[in-house]
Amino acid sequence: MSTKRILSVKDLSTHYFTSKGVVKALDDTNFDINGGESLGVAGESGCGKSTMALSLLRMVQPPGKIVKGSIKIGGLDVAQLSEKDARRKLRWQKISMVFQGAMDIMTPVYTVGYQMKEPLKYHKDIRGQKADEICMRYLDMVDLDPELFYRYPHELSGGQKQRIVIATALLLEPDLVIFDEPTTALDVVVEARIMNDLKRLKKELNNGMIFITHDLSILAEISDNLAIMYAGWIVEHGSASRIYKNPRHPYTQKLIAAIPRLHKDIDRLEYIPGAPPELTNPPKGCRFHPRCEHAFAKCSQVEPKEYFEDGVMVRCHLYGDD
Amino acid sequence: MPQTIVKARKLRKEFEISQSFMQSLRKKPKLKVKAVDGIDFDIYERKSMGLVGESGCGKTTVGKLVMKLLDATSGELYVKGQDVTKLNDKRGIKAYRRMAQMIYQDPFSSLDPRFKVYDILEEPLLIHKIGDTMDERRALIEKALEDVRLTPPDEFIDRYPHMLSGGQRQRVAIARCLILNPDFIVADEPVSMLDVSVRAELLNLMKDLIEIQDLTFLYITHDISTTRFFTDYIGVMYLGDIVEQGPVAQVLDNPIHPYTQALLTAVPEPEPDRLDRVKEIPIKGEIPSGTNVPQGCRFHTRCPYTKDICKKTPPSNKEPLEKGHKAKCHFAGDIEYKLRVIKLGEGGKAEKVEEIKPEDISY
Ligand SMILES: Nc1ncnc2c1ncn2[C@@H]1O[C@H](COP(=O)(O)OP(=O)(O)OP(=O)(O)O)[C@@H](O)[C@H]1O
Ligand SMILES: Nc1ncnc2c1ncn2[C@@H]1O[C@H](COP(=O)(O)OP(=O)(O)O)[C@@H](O)[C@H]1O
Ligand code: SF4
Ligand code: SF4
Ligand SMILES: [Mg+2]
Ligand SMILES: [Mg+2]
Repeated sequence: MSTKRILSVKDLSTHYFTSKGVVKALDDTNFDINGGESLGVAGESGCGKSTMALSLLRMVQPPGKIVKGSIKIGGLDVAQLSEKDARRKLRWQKISMVFQGAMDIMTPVYTVGYQMKEPLKYHKDIRGQKADEICMRYLDMVDLDPELFYRYPHELSGGQKQRIVIATALLLEPDLVIFDEPTTALDVVVEARIMNDLKRLKKELNNGMIFITHDLSILAEISDNLAIMYAGWIVEHGSASRIYKNPRHPYTQKLIAAIPRLHKDIDRLEYIPGAPPELTNPPKGCRFHPRCEHAFAKCSQVEPKEYFEDGVMVRCHLYGDD
Repeated sequence: MPQTIVKARKLRKEFEISQSFMQSLRKKPKLKVKAVDGIDFDIYERKSMGLVGESGCGKTTVGKLVMKLLDATSGELYVKGQDVTKLNDKRGIKAYRRMAQMIYQDPFSSLDPRFKVYDILEEPLLIHKIGDTMDERRALIEKALEDVRLTPPDEFIDRYPHMLSGGQRQRVAIARCLILNPDFIVADEPVSMLDVSVRAELLNLMKDLIEIQDLTFLYITHDISTTRFFTDYIGVMYLGDIVEQGPVAQVLDNPIHPYTQALLTAVPEPEPDRLDRVKEIPIKGEIPSGTNVPQGCRFHTRCPYTKDICKKTPPSNKEPLEKGHKAKCHFAGDIEYKLRVIKLGEGGKAEKVEEIKPEDISY
């Protein structure tokens, strides 16, 4: 199997310039994704997950702006792209995205087929019979009856609609698909089936995938690699299996311990006291220090740098030798 | 024997579906949704019972029946010995509402944005005429805030809901219940909208309250993993009926109803070493509409083990394993719970089926 580099993100920072100050939603972010590989992104709400996804698509809305860094995908540098090129060359073709609740934005007055064919027409000028065939092939690929092509959204269940959105995101064979909370609104049985489909498709299509969710159990099902975010930083990044089994960063340790287990009796759930900081004025030094039970003097003064151990990046003063 | 706080027998709730104008002109018979279709359960004092199942299976309706926010179509529902289905005078209902309280899912809409925390917590006191003076009420309000660990109370008492985080808002909602010193709380998805860590913190708190304040809980959720931690007893609902119930560890570790078995295989677990395997989910198609509950066993249209008898005769509860662990399936106890995964090869093709043994489950 090829391990083609699909995406390369370097030193990426995205800020929102609001009247209350600069929201540092994403700072100094580095990661790569190869073909057939998936990256799971986890962290509390407001930590910058969606901002990261929108940055990759060049869809950050004002007052937000990419302030630093580069995003390379298929010969394009996303950060430098004009809006016109982002629309023509980047979105759908190189990167597509399935948003949370995407199934609710299907227009009720058009058939499924009509809505699926739009990107084919716009980006590849494929129409008519040929477009119909491609769409039906993708419906089949996400385990739906191709006949659904002729139906209207209101005739479908939430799970069916979500799969149609996924099929549409795959239509133009993008190098990378981003899923932001793709199954949050769905029941477990439907969710498990969709996760099964995505695992299969990842092998079949050999593209890159990014999964964003606050649910670490879901991420365990699908992620080769994991990025744990806290207050705009990736604080730990590397092989999902290594991180689940041996989380290094104090934040990751707590997040994993907070997951309630189906087959284990637990007396008390772990949690992280306090709340995440305002990103207009993040704590000095390590952004996690006010909530960290391992914090020591240096933590409130010096920003921890990326440190690599056993192939896992961790951003914490407990690791490294300086 | 612990005292029973809630006892439901053949409890039933039907809703008539609103018809379009054309339908009513054609005098079509009105459609009925059997939202809760004759359920039985008991909740014991200072215990918590979880109710799980897919969207639309009737969990919230059960909660509302217990809260007397809806009137039952038929059946009995005893709360502390009193049949609340027969309760219909205003004073009786008001007294009942003081004893039983409800926490809702959405901490963002369940609190009135125009009221400060103080006013939100004072309202139930005024309605129920508790605390004669403002000082007395303020003391009760501060105590309630301390109980939910919003401390020091002074820091929170004058805030509006928008000045609180989601977790803090849900604490205020819990404080609003506790302030009336209830015996019984219905919590409908109280933590589903919250982040993992905040969720864990609140579940810990609610569990402590059971001990400290002698509370009994009906905990409604679609997030089954949380029931293992928070509840003692669990009921699994499918299309308006509780198809399996029992002590939580027994039901989750040894499910005997095919529906529970399918539901549990679908629950995501933090197991990172199955990236190239997909789960076999032993359930067919989609959930039928509540207007059209299948004859015989209500699960027969989706069950992988359906036999002729299932299509004709509704199964009654069986207790093949341990007492108190019951399932409504003709073959309960004969159908083994298996977790199967399918290994995917090159290009995503299914290669082989593997069985995962309970002892291999490390999570
Ligand atoms: N007021 C009503 N009028 C008509 N039908 C209703 C009404 N309330 C609920 N129902 C129907 O009763 C059934 C059970 O609904 P209920 O809200 O109890 O489900 P639930 O298990 O709580 O679902 P969820 O997990 O989505 O909250 C559904 O088919 C629903 O559409
Ligand atoms: N359009 C915007 N204007 C100003 N601030 C924003 C905007 N979008 C997001 N933010 C802020 O950026 C931070 C990260 O948000 P987001 O990326 O949405 O987080 P997540 O997806 O992890 O919940 C938060 O502090 C959020 O309030
Ligand atoms: S750098 Fe210090 S405060 Fe930050 S996570 Fe590590 S130990 Fe905790
Ligand atoms: S009674 Fe029959 S159809 Fe119903 S759950 Fe049991 S085996 Fe399946
Ligand atoms: Mg988001
Ligand atoms: Mg509900």
